[in-house]
Amino acid sequence: MKPNTSPLGDGRKLKQMRQDYQLYLIILFPLAWVIIFQYFPMYGLQLAFKDFRIMDGIWSSPWVGFEHFEKFFNSYQFKRVITNTLIISFYDLIAGFPLPIILALALNATLKTRFKQVVQFVTYMPFFISTVVMVGMILQFLNPRIGIINMGMGLFGADPINFMGEPEWFKSVYVWSGIWQTTGWGTIIYLAALSAISPEIHEAATIDGATRLQRIRHVDLPGIMPTIVTLLILNAGSIMGIGFEKIFLMQNPLNLSSSEVISTYVYTVSLASSAPDYSYATAIGFFNSMVNFILIMLVNQFAKKAGETSLW
Amino acid sequence: MKSKIVLTRSDKTFYFFNDLLLLIALLIVLYPLIYIFSASFSDRLSVISGDVFLWPVHFSLEGYQAVFKDPRVLTGYGNTIFYTIAGTILNVILTILAAYPLSRRTMVGRNIIMYLFAFTMLFNGGLIPNYLLIKDLGMIDTRWAMLLPGALSVWNVIIARTFYQSTISQELFEAASIDGCSHLRFMWSVVLPLSKAITAVMVLFYGVFHWNAYFNAFIYLKSDELYPLQIVLRDILIQNQIDPASITDTEDMTRKQGLADLLKYSIIIVASLPIWLVYPFVQKYFVKGVMIGSIKG
Repeated sequence: MKPNTSPLGDGRKLKQMRQDYQLYLIILFPLAWVIIFQYFPMYGLQLAFKDFRIMDGIWSSPWVGFEHFEKFFNSYQFKRVITNTLIISFYDLIAGFPLPIILALALNATLKTRFKQVVQFVTYMPFFISTVVMVGMILQFLNPRIGIINMGMGLFGADPINFMGEPEWFKSVYVWSGIWQTTGWGTIIYLAALSAISPEIHEAATIDGATRLQRIRHVDLPGIMPTIVTLLILNAGSIMGIGFEKIFLMQNPLNLSSSEVISTYVYTVSLASSAPDYSYATAIGFFNSMVNFILIMLVNQFAKKAGETSLW
Repeated sequence: MKSKIVLTRSDKTFYFFNDLLLLIALLIVLYPLIYIFSASFSDRLSVISGDVFLWPVHFSLEGYQAVFKDPRVLTGYGNTIFYTIAGTILNVILTILAAYPLSRRTMVGRNIIMYLFAFTMLFNGGLIPNYLLIKDLGMIDTRWAMLLPGALSVWNVIIARTFYQSTISQELFEAASIDGCSHLRFMWSVVLPLSKAITAVMVLFYGVFHWNAYFNAFIYLKSDELYPLQIVLRDILIQNQIDPASITDTEDMTRKQGLADLLKYSIIIVASLPIWLVYPFVQKYFVKGVMIGSIKG
C-alpha cells in the first residue's frame, strides 16, 4: 500500500472529508458487515479464557485464565492433531508445490498452440469441482468392491485395499487428490509471470546457442523466481492452517488416528459433541489462529530480509 | 512462433518429451472425468462388474432416473439456485461498495479502513465465536445463515480495488466532479460501465463459490427443506444415505446395491453439470480474475 498522495493539514483533511462524504456513506454497509461478521467473533475469542455458560452469555461467564490452553497442551490429543496437521501440510507442500511450476514451464515451452489450449482447458476443470463431489469421487474410485483402482489392481492379481479404512493411506489420498484437483489451476499465476518475460532475452539466448532446456533453466526459471518465492511464503505461512472441509468429509472412525487435524478437532469437541465444550474449542481455535498469524508475519519478515519480495 | 524455426536435434528431443509430459498430465486429469461420465450412463451391472473402462457400457439412464426419484435432490437443487442467485447479488453489491471508496486515493482514512479489511484475511474468530454470533443473531436454521456470514470476500474486494485503481483515474473523477458529479453518480454512470469485466469476474467467482459451498449449511442449517444440493450430495455420496424409494424397482439385493452404486456417478454429473456447461464460455474471465489478484495492491 502506498501512503496518501500528499500530507494534508488538518483543515484540508476536513475539507477533503466533507467533499468526499459520499465515499463514507458508500462504504458504510461493507464496513458494518466486516465489524459484525469479522470483528464481533474476534471479540468472542475471550471465551477461550472463560468458562462458557449458556445462561450467562459470553460477557458474564467467569474468567479462568489459561486453563483451557493448558488442558489442550497436556491432552493426549495434542501431539496427535499437531503431528497430523504438520505432516499433511509438509507432504502437500513438498509434493504439490513444484508441480504447477513444472507444468507451467512445459505449457509455456510447447510450440503446439492448440494442444496447449486443450491441456489448459482440461487441467483447469477439476478446480471447479465442489469439495463434496471431490470426496465422493475419491470414495467411488477407491471403493474396495466397485472402485476402478482396486479393480485395476485386481487385474494384476493384487488384493483390494480399503484405502479409506487404513490410516497409513489417508495422507497420500488426501494430498494426491488435491494435486489432481489444483495443479492445473495453479499454473495460471506462473503462466502470467512467464508471459511477462521479454522475448528479447530468449532471442539473445538462442543466438548465443542456448537450447530450449537451457533457456528454461537460465531464462524462464529466474524470470518467475519472485512469483515462486511469494507463493512459497504464502504456503509456508499456512502450514498450520489445514482447512476443515475436505479432511472432515474424508474422515471415518477407521482412519481418525491419521486424519484428525486441529480444525476438525475443534469441531469434534464442540458442535459434534454430546457434551460440547465451547470454551475449550475456542481456545484450540484461538491457539491455531495465533500460530497461523505469527507464522505468516515471520515468513513475510524473512522474505523482506532476504530482499527478494514480500507480500505487503 | 511466426517464422519456421529449424530445430536442433537436442531441441527436437526436448520438445518431444515436453509434449509427452503435457499429454500425460492431460490424460491423468481427463481420465477420471471421462470414467465418471461413462459410468453414469451405463447400466448397474456393468458398473459393479467393472466392465466400464472408457465408454458407457449397455447405455442406460437408470442411474439418472433413480437420482430424480429422490425428493431431496430437487429440493436441494432449488435451494442451491436460490442461494447462488441471492448470495451472488448481495456479494457483488457489497464488494463494489467496498472497493470503490477504497480505490480513491483522496479518501482520508482510506489506509485505516483498508487495514481493517485486510486484517480479517490473516486472523479470524474461528468456528465457535462465529457459531455463537449467528446463534445470537437468531439466524440458525434460516436462509439468512446462508447469505449473510459469507456476504463479502475481502480477497475479491482487493481484486476489484486494484482494477478500479488502475483503470479509473483520479483525474476522471475530478473532471466529472467539476461538472457537479457526485461519487454516487460517478460510481453508477462511470465506474460500473467501465468495469464490466471485473464485475463479471466477481459474479463468476462468487457464483461458483455458492454453488459448491457446504460448510455454512452444514454448521447452521437443520431442516431438510432448507438444505442446499451439496448437503444432499454429502448424505448420498459420503454418508451413503440412499433414499429407499429411489431403488425400489427390484427385490434382489445385489441389483439394489448396484443401483445405489450407479446413482452416485449420475448424481455427481447432475450436481456439476451447470458449472461444466458455463465453464467453456467463462474460462478466460476466471483466468483474468486470478491474474488481477496476483498483482500486489
